This record gives sequence, structure tokens and C-alpha cells, in this order.
Amino acid sequence: MSKPKVGFYWCASCGGCDEVVVDLGADILKVVGAVDIVFWPVAMDFKRSDVENLADGELAVSFINGAVRSSEQHEMVELLRRKSQLVVAFGSCAHTGGIPGLANLFDRRAMFEEAFFNVPSVVNEEKVVPLEEYKTPQGIVTLPNLWNTVKTLDQVIPVDYYLPGCPPPVSLVGEMFNKIVKGELPPRGSILAPDIALCDECPRKETKPDKMSQKEFKRPHEIMIDPEKCLLAQGLLCLGPITRKGCGAACTRVNMPCTGCMGPVSNVLDYGMKALSAVASLADANDEEEIEKILCKVVDPVGTFYRYSLPASLLHRHYQPVVQGEK
Amino acid sequence: MSDNDRNHFEPRIVAFFCNWCTYTAADLAGTARMTYSPNVRVIRIMCSGRLDPQFVLKAFREGADGVLIGGCHPGDCHYQEGNYKALRRFKLLKRFLSQMGIEEERIRLEWIAASEGDKVQKVINQMTEQVRKLGPLNLEPISQMHPPKEKNVKAKAVAMAKGGAS
Repeated sequence: MSKPKVGFYWCASCGGCDEVVVDLGADILKVVGAVDIVFWPVAMDFKRSDVENLADGELAVSFINGAVRSSEQHEMVELLRRKSQLVVAFGSCAHTGGIPGLANLFDRRAMFEEAFFNVPSVVNEEKVVPLEEYKTPQGIVTLPNLWNTVKTLDQVIPVDYYLPGCPPPVSLVGEMFNKIVKGELPPRGSILAPDIALCDECPRKETKPDKMSQKEFKRPHEIMIDPEKCLLAQGLLCLGPITRKGCGAACTRVNMPCTGCMGPVSNVLDYGMKALSAVASLADANDEEEIEKILCKVVDPVGTFYRYSLPASLLHRHYQPVVQGEK
Repeated sequence: MSDNDRNHFEPRIVAFFCNWCTYTAADLAGTARMTYSPNVRVIRIMCSGRLDPQFVLKAFREGADGVLIGGCHPGDCHYQEGNYKALRRFKLLKRFLSQMGIEEERIRLEWIAASEGDKVQKVINQMTEQVRKLGPLNLEPISQMHPPKEKNVKAKAVAMAKGGAS
């Protein structure tokens, strides 16, 4: 009997999600023993035509990481969707937009200006910018169209499962492969991680005070961090109470506050707003000025609370009135 | 439609009023037959501290042009400190909204006691005019955030190339 076929693809991402598959170590041999990898641009030499030549639905699963922000990525994920029975949004970027999603604070024109004209190390006197189509004596050369707005995978194609994390923890990746091979997957639409907040598995849990409040928020470089005490109680902006567990508290174990890559637990509509709500209510003051003084230590609310989830938020992006339209 | 036309723009304002003070005050304004602009849709919550910032974004997402929050005066909260929590969240939420390009004036927090029916009237009228001046909040629906039509893109790129960009 032939083995089920699977494919991996990356969109707007850093490659960390592909790396984590390799991080399975010797266990990857079990994966390869159970399935045939027929597409994996970052690691193996397959071409787009190899996917095109598959019958519709011939791929058992496609694991797609990265947010979607260009016409090329759009075409590829639609192609993979057509060829696959299941699509897994692999990692924070595919799940909620991830770090590339913070580009939604700007528009395309601003990004181009910054990247090609304003960066101090850039010398571009002729104001050269990439064009989508350009005539050369040898013929027309083209580039994909970069979108104005970064999107999550499920805003572009239907997604069957989500594996959160930046990158997803190796243990959850292994668990997912096991479930796929054994046919023990939960209902479609599920997030393949425990539905409990991070505090539950944080080793500092016992030191969490009953009533939490803060006179001053601090940033990690400003204090000597107590390696055992609850980070939030030390005044650090730890988003553990709002974030899904499953990472084994990888960051809080090494003195770094949780930044929320695992995304929200299931009853949260908008991760960043829940995080903002939780953090703001900790401010230990009732006077307006004093409150502002405490909260001004949250220097960048969007970057802090939506570090991984701006495109998945209710606002999706920086406000641009609908009437303006695309440039 | 007229809703988007600045001349005939009628703001839609969602108001979250706390059960013990502001909602009672709005009731008082009603029984006292005080008139105020009909642009406000009032939602009663048990306490301004119950106001999850998610509600505010959800209101904007579903078509509100402004959000008004009403709670008990400091020290008067039925639950001791709910209104202080509302104030703390409101402060950070306002900063967040301006970072996202949404005018701070679209959201307002007011302390209105149960006896202050006239303040409900005043605040609602003021807020309606303030939002009317700002104009509609037209959030782009997520479905329209797709790329421009492929044809237009190509035409534009060709035009840019012909325009002599090197």
C-alpha cells in the first residue's frame, strides 16, 4: 500500500516553522516512514509543477506556515488547498498573522518608502523600486504583487487545523504527526494545543499572588529578574494568563516573560484586547494621572498585545477608510 | 447611500451604561421626558468594569462610529472598584486606538450618577455632534482586503515602467 502524501509550504515566515520539523530529531524518521513528503521547498527539490501534476485531493495533508501577503503566496495556498484533503495552519503566522502581521500598522506605500528610500544604510539616488512587471530587451520580467494587508491563512483559504506557536513546540508537532498517522484527529477547526492558559504549566505558578497589582511596570532589561517568582508579580508584562499553554513555559523558565505566540484560549475573540484588559486592570492607582503614569510604561500597546495576532484581530489593520481604495 | 454622505451622516453610537448609575440616569432622563439625539444605542451592563475592551472593537467592527461608556462616579461603584478598572482599561485602549489610526474622540468615558438625567442628555448630544464632525468610521471589511484585481495591477505596473522608472 502506498503511503499517504504530505506537503510543506512557507509563505510570509522566517523558516523557523520548517526548522522545527527537523528538530523532531530521530523521530523525523518515523514521520518519513509513515508518509511520503512530496513537496517541501525549504528542504527538498520539488517544483510547483510537481504539485500541479497531482490529482485534486491527492495530498493527505498540507502544512502551511507563514502569513499570506503576496499574489504568489495566494496562488500557492489555493493550489495546495485544491490538492489537499487537510490543510494545517502551521505556526503563529499562518494561525494569527505572526510578526509579519505587524506590517498591518502601515500600508504598502509607506513600507516601500521606508525600505527603499529612508533606511539610513540605503543609497538609492535614482529612486529604484521593484515593479511587478518590467520590459527588458530580453523580454518581460515579473514579480508577485505585494498586498497592502497581511492576512492569516484562514482569511484566504479554508483551514482544517491550527498548530500555534512561534515556532510550534516540537512536542506538539510530534503529537500532531502521531494523531494524523493514527487517524485520531479532533473535529475539524480544532487548535492542536491544550485549551488552558500558560500559567497552568509555568514553574512559577505557586508564587503568583492572590491579588495582583502593580505600581510600576518594568521591562526585562531594567531589573534583575528573580528566577523563581511570578514574572507578572515582578512587574514584567507577562502574557501567560491570556495565552494558551503547550510550549512547556519555554520562555518563563528562562526569565523571559511570555509574549503570547501560542495565541488565545478558545473563548477569546480578540487576543490583544484581552491582554490589554488584563494588563491595564493591574495598574495600582485610582487617580487618572497616576494611572497614566503607570501605563505609559506600556510603550507600544499594539506591538505588546498583538505581537503575533494583528491580522487576526477585530480591526485587522491600521485604519484606512474604505473609500480610499487601493493604490 | 446617505449614511456615508458627510452632509447627511447620522452617527451610530453604541453606549455601554452601568446598571446602577448611568443606566438608571438614562431611565430618569426618559421619565423626565428629556429629549436627546436618537443616535445612541444603549446596552446595559452590570458595571463599567464589565466592559471588556473586546466589546468596543466589536462595536466598531459591526458599524459603530463611536462608543460611549458610562459608569458610577469614582468612589460610588456598586462593586467597590469596577469603575476604576474601567478607567485603567479606557486609558490604555485610547492609546491603542490612536496607534491604530482611530481618532480618540470616537470613544468616551463619563461618570454619570443615577440622579444625573440631564448629564445623560448633555453627554449624548455632545458625543453625537463630536462624532458627526469626525465623519463615519468605515472599517474595511476583511473580504475586501484582498489584493486589487489582477488586471489593474498589471496595467498600473506597465504604466509605471513606461513612466521611466529605472
